[in-house]
Amino acid sequence: MSSIPAPVLWTVIIGLAAGSYALRFAFIGFMGGRPIPEWLMRHLRYTAVAIIPALVAPLVVWPAPNGGEPSLMHFAAAAATFAAGYLTRNVLIGLGTGGLSLLLLYLAA
Amino acid sequence: MAITTTKSAFWKGFRDSAPFLFMASPFGFLFGVLAAEAGLIVPEAFAFSLAVFAGAAQFTALQLMQENAPLIIILISALAVNLRMAMYSASLTPYLGDAPMWQRALAAYFIVDQSYALSIVKFEQEPEMPLPQRVAYFFGTNGLITPAWVIATALGALVGTRIPESWGVDFVLPLAFLAMIGPMLRTPAHVAACFVAVAASLPAAALPYNLGLIVAGIAGMVAGAQAELWLERQKIKAEGVK
Repeated sequence: MSSIPAPVLWTVIIGLAAGSYALRFAFIGFMGGRPIPEWLMRHLRYTAVAIIPALVAPLVVWPAPNGGEPSLMHFAAAAATFAAGYLTRNVLIGLGTGGLSLLLLYLAA
Repeated sequence: MAITTTKSAFWKGFRDSAPFLFMASPFGFLFGVLAAEAGLIVPEAFAFSLAVFAGAAQFTALQLMQENAPLIIILISALAVNLRMAMYSASLTPYLGDAPMWQRALAAYFIVDQSYALSIVKFEQEPEMPLPQRVAYFFGTNGLITPAWVIATALGALVGTRIPESWGVDFVLPLAFLAMIGPMLRTPAHVAACFVAVAASLPAAALPYNLGLIVAGIAGMVAGAQAELWLERQKIKAEGVK
């Protein structure tokens, strides 16, 4: 795996730290009791649930460990992870199921 | 059960947060392991968790750094994952907004999924709670989680440097994201946001500079907001018929 250059890493750490703090401070620090516009709240609610699936879908369809070629094994492990996480509403059960199914498929292959 | 003193409010928050340890610690540990696999040394992983203190955004940044995405894309994407923190900040303001500035400035750092979820429920259930106790409760909810997250990251990074590359842990990060998505799909609007984002991300992956992620993310976000509006209108219509 490629190593990340130190200037990139530290720019990301500092930029993310400052940006995340600004987001957290924005309302509690500056806005006082003023309400945040409803249309903005409505979009904020769906950012994480849009960005994370958008990030992960290509990683599942073209998995890096398989050289970016579609692989049934990785797709199955991904489906198991998602299904377990969705059904139990528990992140750790999802992750455990996915890891285990990946291991089993790897051993069976 | 009503809380009687500021001190007991802190410890109540502390105790209420204990179950979340079983979530925060393994995830912090996993971040440490994957950060080490990506070439970060222990102090770097430790500083990352301490300074940013936001799991999903940290995983996002780590993944994109490994894909050699441009800096600006890494920052925008990871901060977009963290936009919900602004929503938490807004929703806590009616309860904590009158606290002294130094307390609010400190509290801002500690706004995470767990402390928000615990505190907002508590504040809504006990509207009579005096301000100093609210502040104490909020900080109490972080008394375990914050040290656990940072220490678990450092431990994970220590272990991660010893894992041979041949173990092929590079599919674990996608699995970690997938495990996070399921519990996020609380309403049909969340499902719509997720579905549109996935559908858009595959063709958009052809875009240069990882721009596809931003495009697909925006598409999903708008889909979620529109689905919410549509569902609300359907509800009003259904109620009008009755």
